[in-house]
Amino acid sequence: MSTVAEKILAAHSGHEEVHPGEIVKADIDFAFMPALTAAIAFYAMNDMDIENVWDRERVAILLDHIAPATNITNSSLHKECREIARMQGLRHFYDINAGVCHQVIPEKGHVYPGMLMVGADSHTCTHGAFGAFATGIGSTDMGAAIGTGKLWFKVPETIRVNVEGRLAPNVMSKDVILEAAGRLGADGATYCSLEFTGSTVRDMTVGARMTLCNMAIELGAKTGIVEPDDKTFTFLEGRVGHSYTPVYSDADALYRETLEIDGGALEPRVACPHAVDNVKPVTEVAGTAVNQVFIGSCTNGRLEDLEAAAEIMKGKRVHPDVRVIVTPASYEVYGAANRRGIIKTLMDAGSVVCNPSCSVCFGGNHGILAPGEVGLSTSNRNFRGRQGSTESQVYLCSPVTAAASALTGVITDPREAWL
Amino acid sequence: MIRGKAWNYGDDVNTDFILPGIYLELTDPDEMGRHAMEGIDPEFAEKVQPGDVVVGGRNFGLGSSREHAPIALKHAGVSAVIAEGFARIFYRNATNLGLPALECPGVSREIETGDTVEVDLAKGTIVVNGAKTLRFTPVPEFMMEILAAGGLREYIKNNKADW
Repeated sequence: MSTVAEKILAAHSGHEEVHPGEIVKADIDFAFMPALTAAIAFYAMNDMDIENVWDRERVAILLDHIAPATNITNSSLHKECREIARMQGLRHFYDINAGVCHQVIPEKGHVYPGMLMVGADSHTCTHGAFGAFATGIGSTDMGAAIGTGKLWFKVPETIRVNVEGRLAPNVMSKDVILEAAGRLGADGATYCSLEFTGSTVRDMTVGARMTLCNMAIELGAKTGIVEPDDKTFTFLEGRVGHSYTPVYSDADALYRETLEIDGGALEPRVACPHAVDNVKPVTEVAGTAVNQVFIGSCTNGRLEDLEAAAEIMKGKRVHPDVRVIVTPASYEVYGAANRRGIIKTLMDAGSVVCNPSCSVCFGGNHGILAPGEVGLSTSNRNFRGRQGSTESQVYLCSPVTAAASALTGVITDPREAWL
Repeated sequence: MIRGKAWNYGDDVNTDFILPGIYLELTDPDEMGRHAMEGIDPEFAEKVQPGDVVVGGRNFGLGSSREHAPIALKHAGVSAVIAEGFARIFYRNATNLGLPALECPGVSREIETGDTVEVDLAKGTIVVNGAKTLRFTPVPEFMMEILAAGGLREYIKNNKADW
């Protein structure tokens, strides 16, 4: 009578079963760090009197949040990360030509069902889309994880988010997770695991499921999980070079609660300033003028996201008062989008296409908003000041809502007939 | 004993408020401290005195896993964070740094900016202006051990055999 989260934590801590609230010490399968949190994780490890990582095959550093470097402070940090990776003999180091960690980690075969993964970035919950228990941790916890291969966890209660029905055209998985955020609230799942179930989730691509799990943290959750299926196994084929054991929730698993979402009736959603749970139907905010549109990030920078945006922008021009920044989540995505002509379509429409990185999402790289400006973003957070000035505003939406709005200069319902 | 002036920032104090993303490239804790709370109160780092306490309402520390946030608070001189509730990663990060993160229902209404606050970790009490006593939710034993050690670094250094 266990959930996926409970089974994975039990299997990694030498228990038959574990129950919510228990604290267990568990063996980590893989740990990764973006540059911005990596150096201080290694300082923490050294402060623990540990010189080397517990397993150089199972630790990765990625240079993604700021890439390429934009000033001497962050170029020095990149340099330090390269040196750490070399000194530690890390098998997996991804320089600025790889992409956003949460896209690169699955592409490179580091994620598989049933595993326990930690990342020094809060959106590590993304990887639960592959049936893993994956959670974001800080740098001291990461120091312990990479130094010892172990970390303690409080076994979370699980909340089921059950989505049934066929999503309408131009309604995306982003709209599903925004709906869940609006209904459960930004602390509605604190300390919990979110398990996404139902026919809508089964119908989703692996990429769309990543979008769901990616934003589990925005509801306070420790992880988001989708049970693996043939789509998962197909994605991982040729990427994961070893066997693994998928884990599924028992039919009589105990859930703290179930949130039911009618996928068939769902309309596009927008999270309004300055909170991810300030969610409204797009129709309520349609007409709001925007200065900048960002399509990218670990939430919505995948091939299918760019493709959906290009579909809407094809043969049209972005509104002259709007700047549109498109950032593929990885070089694999970038290359595929290029080969398929998606990049050209987006550029021909007037978008600025950037190299893979965290880009506009976190306000530390490029595309910074000026005071009084409004950004519309496919990323995951719209806290005040998140993408620049504390006097700017950020709305969050799906790639198709972003693309439609890019053409009109105002927030636009992507189901409008002229599109 | 933790004793200082309170700074109350209410509900939903997110990690971008505590340390904006532009400062994530920093690795020097004191430099992070100079930008503590800049996203919500740009003068905080100049006003705060060693020992002061930051108070919040629900979901304190939501958002990023950046340990820069509690590092900045600690190195700005903050001796404890007291809130009605914490986001999970911030709570762990603060504890791991030896910075007590204490849950206390109703605290953001009970303590105002400028109040003098005394926290007794062992007794579980918060005395406000020497007059009113609040009780915080007991800290789990394991986390108390980490706090008592001064943080997870020291805890692991001293307990390698059991880790």
